[in-house]
Amino acid sequence: MTSWRTKLLPPLLAIVFAVLLSAIALIISGADPLQAYGTMIGQMFKGSTAVDTVNLATVYYLSGLAVAIGFQMNLFNIGVEGQYRFAAVIAAIAGGALKLPPVIHTLAILVVAVVAGMAYAAVPAILKVTRGVSEVISTIMLNAIVAGIIAFLINADQFGVQTGNNIGTRVIEPSGRIPGIPLGSGTLFGFVFIAAIIGAAYWFMLNRTRFGFELKASGESTTAAAAGGVNAKKMTLIAMLLSGGVAGMVAMPELLGRDYTYGITATQMYGFTGIAVALLGRNHPGGIALGALLWAFLDSSAVSLEQINVSKEIATIMQGIIVLSVVVAYEIVRRADLAAEQRRVGRALAANGRKGASVAEGGAV
Amino acid sequence: MVVTDVSRPDPGSGSTMPVHRKRSRIPGWLRGVIWAVVAIAVLSTASYSTGVAALTSSNTAQTALRLALPILLCALGGLWAERAGVVNIGLEGMMILGTWGAAWGSYYGGVWAGLLAALVFGALGGLLHAVATVTFNVNHIVSGVAINLLGLGVTKYLANLVFEPLSGNPRQSPVVPKFDTYSASGLSDWLGDLEKEQRVGISDVAGILRGLVTEVAPLTMIAIILVPVSFWVLWRTRFGLRLRSCGENPVAAESLGVNVYRHKYIAMLISGAFAGMGGASLVLLRGGADYLENQTNGRGYIGLAAMIFGNWRPGGLLGGAALFGYADGLQLAGGGEAVLALLYGAVILVAVIVVVQLFRKQWIAAGLGVVGAGILYLIYWSNDTLPSDLIPYTAHFVTLIVLAVASQRLRPPKADGQPYRRGED
Repeated sequence: MTSWRTKLLPPLLAIVFAVLLSAIALIISGADPLQAYGTMIGQMFKGSTAVDTVNLATVYYLSGLAVAIGFQMNLFNIGVEGQYRFAAVIAAIAGGALKLPPVIHTLAILVVAVVAGMAYAAVPAILKVTRGVSEVISTIMLNAIVAGIIAFLINADQFGVQTGNNIGTRVIEPSGRIPGIPLGSGTLFGFVFIAAIIGAAYWFMLNRTRFGFELKASGESTTAAAAGGVNAKKMTLIAMLLSGGVAGMVAMPELLGRDYTYGITATQMYGFTGIAVALLGRNHPGGIALGALLWAFLDSSAVSLEQINVSKEIATIMQGIIVLSVVVAYEIVRRADLAAEQRRVGRALAANGRKGASVAEGGAV
Repeated sequence: MVVTDVSRPDPGSGSTMPVHRKRSRIPGWLRGVIWAVVAIAVLSTASYSTGVAALTSSNTAQTALRLALPILLCALGGLWAERAGVVNIGLEGMMILGTWGAAWGSYYGGVWAGLLAALVFGALGGLLHAVATVTFNVNHIVSGVAINLLGLGVTKYLANLVFEPLSGNPRQSPVVPKFDTYSASGLSDWLGDLEKEQRVGISDVAGILRGLVTEVAPLTMIAIILVPVSFWVLWRTRFGLRLRSCGENPVAAESLGVNVYRHKYIAMLISGAFAGMGGASLVLLRGGADYLENQTNGRGYIGLAAMIFGNWRPGGLLGGAALFGYADGLQLAGGGEAVLALLYGAVILVAVIVVVQLFRKQWIAAGLGVVGAGILYLIYWSNDTLPSDLIPYTAHFVTLIVLAVASQRLRPPKADGQPYRRGED
């Protein structure tokens, strides 16, 4: 009975709380919260918003998975942001330069992206394992530096191609692209299915393999895992590399399904969104999917708020509140459950005491 | 170690190793002075042999001081939080709140009102972090990340609401009043003359000193005074001892009658206020922009890195902030050529360290140093200038390299980042 409560209640509580708090912010700024929320939901059914939401959620999902792998090992990979951007620019350059038959071309680009993501994740991983440098600080620095690397690489002197005012990598040939599925007025990324497969693989690895068990064990307690023969340093390194590898694919749905080139104006911040999404989904592949959809919904429907003269930043505020309140809600529900458990045990003990149950019958010692 | 030890110490990482206390005969302030002398000597040698005057010009020093301030204040904020056992990665968000508060207060009530508003806004962020981490035991990093999100969202929202009608641009505030600046005029002129004479050593010292005493704002003085004040409060008063005990062993502190929750709350309020003041130093100093979206640009994180680099000590973090501020100021004032000259300075510094390690018979460290110096020199020798796209990230590169080289003898507060519940365990 407690299982669904501890799993589902906190996120629901958090969303309700966020909706209420944002309503207060809306009222203060002189808007009608009901109208604002109505507009946001109504936007879902207009044009290609629904398809866009799913497409965006695919990106968030991959990013959330990348972060979640780190979380399992108690590693905080803020660096997903830097890793996916680095992988995107490298994969875009490679994809633009390669001339290969259709499927192989796509696979080659994906492999390059994964390897590049891993390489960029290897820097903080190695620094942490050998020098004890906090991965939070090192990945934050690398996140900042990646902007410089991208600017450097897509400079016209290196690999960039100037098209009008925009500068980007060479456009990837159709042989390297992943076809989408036309749906209504939008096009669903073909990558949705690949993301689902990656999610399933993540679940399988975590719950059905020895490696997944060791990963979770060393995340729970390094000392206990070490006693069981798990090398914590090795696990840290592998977890970080895996996380980086998945992070490398974050930009692929958009690169291979819509943009075909990586420019200086490409969207950022997917990595940070991934942290929030992983938190919302409690590192569970299904939960992360729901979190990604919620986040994508807030992002893609926030634009509609401009029509009724409400600042769309209200969606950002809602997202922040949701993250914070979801973790608080988990703690509150956990404490409530603990208290309920204690009361139940107390009642059982009192009842047993009256009946004079013996230890053998399960009474208190 | 800031992060993975969110819930428990990580025996695998080097940073939690016991500290060898063998050189504690040199007092901390003297060590600081020695480092400062070494740094200036290295810089003036590099400046002399590469012919790049920007390394030690008063212009660079002045820019460095302005850029070091937000980092210094954030590092101080981090110090207060982490000494009380709360990892504060939300400094960035609190700083963003501070920038908005500073611009808003300054526009309507003058600079001092701006400073006050920045303090209050930052402290509100700190309060939120305290509620989440202390009362609800939320993972400190998670809460910090949420506060960074929230800080950005709230300020964007408020800027839209308040600044857009005034400036016509939601990403920017109208022009706000800035702090007046004061110079030690006689001293400054004399140092300026010395700097112009271009004498080795003396001119360099004069240049740096002149940058530090010319056109200094009251906010700058307050920030610098806060370093010794923080040291005095945290290490020389009863309140400070109690606060630090919450960061080292909250259970023991509670058993001795210290109200751990209250001390953590106070520490977080101060931490947030300092971060907010860091935000104010971006907005209210001459030479800086008014409120601008994304103007903090990760400085909160760099502040945290400066604090870690400084081994959770006020003097150390001052050194860290100076280093990062200098790297940032140099690339702004001198560009790629100056950064390349800095590389040359790094080669000299590594050479000095190698000699010290040889003297101490640390052969491996010395060998690695020689290799590192060789690579650095190769880069210096084979390039005329560095790629201009990468130059703005000098401070970030310096942070990474410094952390990689220097992080193994650090000792964070023992219960840093660990959840504490009264009466449990």
